[in-house]
Amino acid sequence: MKSLGILLTVFAFCSTAQSLPIVVGSKRFTESYVLGEIAKTALQNAGFTVEHKQGMGGTIILWQALVAGEIALYPEYTGTIGEEILKTKQRLNTDEIRALLREKGVGMTGELGFDNTYALVMERDRADKQGIHKISDLREHPELNVGLTHEFLDRQDGWAPLSARYGLQMRNVRGIDHALGYAALRNGSIDVKDAYSTDARIAENNLILLDDDLHFFPQYKAVFLYRLGTDPRAVTALEKLAGTLDTTRMTRLNAEAERTKNYALAAALYFGQKPEPVAGQLAGKIGRWIWQHLQLVGASLLLAIIVGIPLGIRASRPGPISDFILSTTGVIQTIPSLALLALLVPLPFFGIGPVTAIFALFLYSLLPIVRNTATGLQDIATPVRESAAALGLEPQAQLWKVFLPLASRTILAGVKTSAIINVGTATLAALIGVGGLGEPIISGLNLNDYSTILQGAIPAAVLALLVQFFFDGLERVFIPKGLRLKQ
Amino acid sequence: MIELKSVSKSFGASIALHETDLCLDAGKTTALIGPSGCGKSTLLRLIVGLLEPTTGTIKIEGQIVSASVILSLRRRIGYVIQEGGLFAHLTAAQNVLLMAKHLKRPPGEMHTRLRELCELTHFPENALTRYPVELSGGQRQRVSLMRALMLQPSVLLLDEPLGALDPMVRTRLQDDLKEIFQSLQQTTLLVTHDMAEAGFLASRIVLLNEGRVVQSGTLDDLRTRPASDFVRDFLHAQRGLAEV
Repeated sequence: MKSLGILLTVFAFCSTAQSLPIVVGSKRFTESYVLGEIAKTALQNAGFTVEHKQGMGGTIILWQALVAGEIALYPEYTGTIGEEILKTKQRLNTDEIRALLREKGVGMTGELGFDNTYALVMERDRADKQGIHKISDLREHPELNVGLTHEFLDRQDGWAPLSARYGLQMRNVRGIDHALGYAALRNGSIDVKDAYSTDARIAENNLILLDDDLHFFPQYKAVFLYRLGTDPRAVTALEKLAGTLDTTRMTRLNAEAERTKNYALAAALYFGQKPEPVAGQLAGKIGRWIWQHLQLVGASLLLAIIVGIPLGIRASRPGPISDFILSTTGVIQTIPSLALLALLVPLPFFGIGPVTAIFALFLYSLLPIVRNTATGLQDIATPVRESAAALGLEPQAQLWKVFLPLASRTILAGVKTSAIINVGTATLAALIGVGGLGEPIISGLNLNDYSTILQGAIPAAVLALLVQFFFDGLERVFIPKGLRLKQ
Repeated sequence: MIELKSVSKSFGASIALHETDLCLDAGKTTALIGPSGCGKSTLLRLIVGLLEPTTGTIKIEGQIVSASVILSLRRRIGYVIQEGGLFAHLTAAQNVLLMAKHLKRPPGEMHTRLRELCELTHFPENALTRYPVELSGGQRQRVSLMRALMLQPSVLLLDEPLGALDPMVRTRLQDDLKEIFQSLQQTTLLVTHDMAEAGFLASRIVLLNEGRVVQSGTLDDLRTRPASDFVRDFLHAQRGLAEV
């Protein structure tokens, strides 16, 4: 019995990868953050150490992180499980879903209570004026502008099948970020957008839900998905949450979270607890973000220099290998950063965390360094090359004593370009919970709150300028004086 | 002594140098002359191993030029090119000393040699700390010559070393070069397209056209016994001031 207990502990240890703290994940929207915080508090109350990785991404990233053991649990919706995870066209009941998930090593708690279905929303006044109350009314108004989240545009239960079912022929449909979409509705850039039925902003912005008169949308009952290896006591604590959150209560918690911009506070409201004081002053928070940001930029840039300069040296000689190096680094640059993160997260060794962020930034930093190194070396005049060879210097010595110093200005310019681009791109690290200046930018986008966005955007811009000055200073150290003199 | 046996060089279908036999006397200065594209620079590059011959062999002091010995051979050859080929990131002194430092020669010996070379090439010692961009065209060629002579080579190759200089600097450098050639007595090959310069500096002139040696001899030989109409025309093309 004792050995069985040890075995179970070892199993739990292995299955949660980093063991002791239970890692909770959440998606990139207010309700998911709040549910994540509620789970965190429930588990803490049951005596566990818990870490909440907020706003890690969309369904695919969260699911892959769960399967890979990067996180132990996250909030999900039954409709999404059926359509996006199990990828089935049938309407499954809760027991069928649970059985199918079990085969994948994942458990599902009981329904929390509310049904957060997808819905289409419009400004109330505009809808009334045009007499639109149901989704089928849109058939008569193909001229309306539709702005949809990218996830909804692509989902199996999203826009394409919805318009097929209703026979909609909307002429103007485009993708727009969820939070920005509300601003676009308000200023009239779009007329219709997708929303979640518990979204606090529906009431706040005086919007109406268009009635799903053909019952297209499946039910989106909130649940927690957890790895089957998770401590049974933790599962029990989560199960206690089942049936305790109806639509009204969830909408109120969402509204509270958006008003105070504090997810922990909304979770505390649920438990009737006093919220913990907000940790740290703004300056301290910004300082922490800047420090994380610099670490990401520094580590990835260093790696890119170590790998990029030798690759650039190789690519400076003509031939198929050089073509391969230059085209590969070029192609990497065209992969959208979100897609690159989504590709890396499920791979072994990567997952959610700084390693993945640094590796992605490293890949993006390669092109300017490789290309500038290659160009700098290729641009060295033939007489200079021949002189170096004719002196009797070995090829290695020619490179180190003559060619690299002569190309130093171009190489350093490449490193500088990489560093500045890197400062901007590193904001994406916040998507996989690594922090940095992207953290306020992303939560600001989710809350549609410009002051929070600026808390990240302004330091990032200043940082980019400082990096530029820093490299201007480095030129004095790394570029030989003879190359800095005017003719 | 430098010996070329059946040496030719083609780039794809175009032949830069037809099969050539040539022997350069030890301790003498030979001028290689001809119109642009006649193959004279190709021949020089073949000797210093920057190009590989398509056929034939080149021997320098009895040693065949090949990949395995090229580094040690090059260290016994001084090479000067038209624009000097100086390294912009190094001062005059660093350019001259680069190879000696690489071979870890004793510093005292190196600096004695540097002073000797300044004297020999009439280069002001206080300009040694200047970078190439801070030097005049003539000074750059002097530094390039010092760099070529630093390791006391037995062979000196010069590829139009005075081609880019104005006439006054050029005349002064010609005088200096003549003095240097006479005092060092090295096997020297000078590429030029100026017949007067060739006659002034070299004891023997090799005239090339379209990748072939047309005639070889002293300036007098070429003048009095031209081997072909081309030789006569080439000599006449060099207009003296008296004719103007």
